[in-house]
Amino acid sequence: MGGNSPCASCKLLRRRCTKDCIFAPYFPSDDPHKFAIVHKIFGASNVSKMLQELPVHQRADAVGSLVYEATARLRDPVYGCVGAISYLQNQVSQLQMQLAVAQTEILCIQMQQEPPLAEQKMEADDKSFVINNNLTAMPQLLNYASSSNVAQDPLKREFLWT
Amino acid sequence: MSNSTRCAACRYLRRCCEDCMLAPYFPSINPERFACVHRIFGASNAARMLQQIPVEQRRQAADAIALEAYWRVQDPVYGSVGVISMLQREISVAQRELAETQAQVSMYTAQVQSQSNQITQVQYLVDNAHLIPNQPPIHGLCQPPDIP
Repeated sequence: MGGNSPCASCKLLRRRCTKDCIFAPYFPSDDPHKFAIVHKIFGASNVSKMLQELPVHQRADAVGSLVYEATARLRDPVYGCVGAISYLQNQVSQLQMQLAVAQTEILCIQMQQEPPLAEQKMEADDKSFVINNNLTAMPQLLNYASSSNVAQDPLKREFLWT
Repeated sequence: MSNSTRCAACRYLRRCCEDCMLAPYFPSINPERFACVHRIFGASNAARMLQQIPVEQRRQAADAIALEAYWRVQDPVYGSVGVISMLQREISVAQRELAETQAQVSMYTAQVQSQSNQITQVQYLVDNAHLIPNQPPIHGLCQPPDIP
């Protein structure tokens, strides 16, 4: 940096490292590998343009993410970071599936615990007793069975009726 | 090569290249795709990276490079690393929700099992009531006279 020790980028590019070198704060001379991989994947001029377009307080994070992406691409020249993203997306999908299954299990248990009011009413000999005392519970049971939650969620419906 | 058959790369770079190696992966119908790649990686870097990959894998590599470039254009600070961070957060949230839901399932299952055991015990008593010996008379209740 400055006149004494050129930064890693200026060393690699074999140029004079000025005091306002845009790379100097992020690519110190003691870690030449860091700039080498970023230069190999993105190119020094592209990295310089990217950093110039960012406010100063965000440049360190940007360099960190560029180094990460460049490293990933060197390890996996075909997929780079996209390989890791694809793996994580699969994990998210699997977890969401497991969550849906668990939520459906709760739904099933709750439905099993619902008192079968309709069946009790049909078995009672005294229908007047049934009509006078249990009529208000029937609409609730019918509404639950045909609720929009169950009808419109295809995943829940599939697990419910298998 | 005529204007209409140039790939997106050659049209963007205003060159005429009959054997452009980017042509199969950057068709002219999608100029934005190459524009992102050129802005982030540069045409020569992209071509060099694809050349180092076996031909049968170049399409996937071109797609991945295009995606990374697109994410970097959308998020100039974090690029695809931002996408990775977001997915890791989603996984963390989903794992927590799943653990809570599975704990609820265990609790409900235990409740149902407990109720089922109680019903079984009551049913047993009802079924075997005739085996219980006669109880001594309860004071105050009307009892039938003893038959000699």
